[in-house]
Amino acid sequence: MDVLFPRTIQELRELFVSYPDGRILAGGTDLLVQIRKQGNKPSTLFSVEHLAQLQRVEVNETELFIGAGVTHQQLLECPIIKQHFPVLYDALSVLGSPPIRHSGTLGGNVCTASPAGDTLPPLYVLGAKIAISEQTAQRCVPIAQFIRGPGHTILKQGEFVTGIYIPLPMPNTFSAYYKVGKRKALAISIASLAVMLELNSDETVKNLKLAWGSVGPTVMMLPAVEDFLKGKILSDEVLAQAGEMVMLSTKPIDDIRASAEYRRHLTANLLFYLCSDSRLDSI
Amino acid sequence: MRLNFMLNGKETIVDTQPDRRVVDLLREDLGLIGAKECCGAGECGACTILVNGISRLSCLMLAAQLEGMEVTTIEGVAPEGGFDIVQQAFIDHGAVQCGFCTPGMVLAVMDLLHRNPQPTSTEIREGLSGNLCRCTGYQKIVEAVLAAAALLNGRRG
Repeated sequence: MDVLFPRTIQELRELFVSYPDGRILAGGTDLLVQIRKQGNKPSTLFSVEHLAQLQRVEVNETELFIGAGVTHQQLLECPIIKQHFPVLYDALSVLGSPPIRHSGTLGGNVCTASPAGDTLPPLYVLGAKIAISEQTAQRCVPIAQFIRGPGHTILKQGEFVTGIYIPLPMPNTFSAYYKVGKRKALAISIASLAVMLELNSDETVKNLKLAWGSVGPTVMMLPAVEDFLKGKILSDEVLAQAGEMVMLSTKPIDDIRASAEYRRHLTANLLFYLCSDSRLDSI
Repeated sequence: MRLNFMLNGKETIVDTQPDRRVVDLLREDLGLIGAKECCGAGECGACTILVNGISRLSCLMLAAQLEGMEVTTIEGVAPEGGFDIVQQAFIDHGAVQCGFCTPGMVLAVMDLLHRNPQPTSTEIREGLSGNLCRCTGYQKIVEAVLAAAALLNGRRG
């Protein structure tokens, strides 16, 4: 395999014309393992680490833009992520391990499209849009439409992700990511839950978004459960009722990390973090 | 390809394949066998090196990515005839058992102390969570890092 280092988006577009089977090398934490395991080497890798347009983090009054090549560690060090996007910060903090976070990128996590990708449930509840470079133009699609299944996205040959747009949350929005794995570090999640929550002054739920990871082929959202919780106070009883609805709607699989039955219970029980997270007291 | 980079403070030029894994380049072509390959998949940290001061996994990097970079392996850490403070702390606190994880562990500590010169025990455990020790001598390693941090801060003092 040759390894090329495009400096601009236009250069990368042209490389896809010259080397149609080329693949983008971002952090390499999944791609290089996969190539080695499966032995299906592309002729060329396009490393994006020197492509400046993919390394930007920018914010305006309404939204945040994160270039596809920004590493997880760089995002953890962005004050705006910690301050305005705790759900993403939480997920980045438990993603892989320090050296994995030094290499891996947000664009890579999105394009790998693993059901267990830690940044994905946060991006779903945040309403993220994925910016795609086509051969001559750009388009933006909601993340739920971008990811089609495990390892599958809507990207066509020659297309690539340039970045992720995330709307700024309303002030006083609570958000968090809860993950259960076999151990704390380097654990692929057994089940995870991303939450965005706004409360009314009487502590009833005003707005709520929930997204579960690792319990289906893609991130799972259950609008019926969100609607059920709106207008209610998040007591143990109410969350237990919501948990029953979740259990009926979830069809997780057995795998090497956990049984389907355990996962189904976990999917419901993750909701109880909403009763115990002390950060909720301060909103 | 002709690869040009700084290796342990020395300008280095080697002819290699662009997709040669960095761990193979270091161990097999350049004879630097401090970085170990264990899992080959980014899960154990035994192959940790520093690239521009940041801990990276040499099993998950390709040679071409080193062009123009500053690379530090465990062989480049100690001053002439001695040990680095972190290495000495590992020795003094019995933090080396079989030694297989130690090169990666020491380099991960150097990155950690650079980012956070006064880590708590919890922060040390989190900072080293990508490096596995199958002898499970973690407590001694944490003690060594605390001692190294205290010494380094005293020097900066």
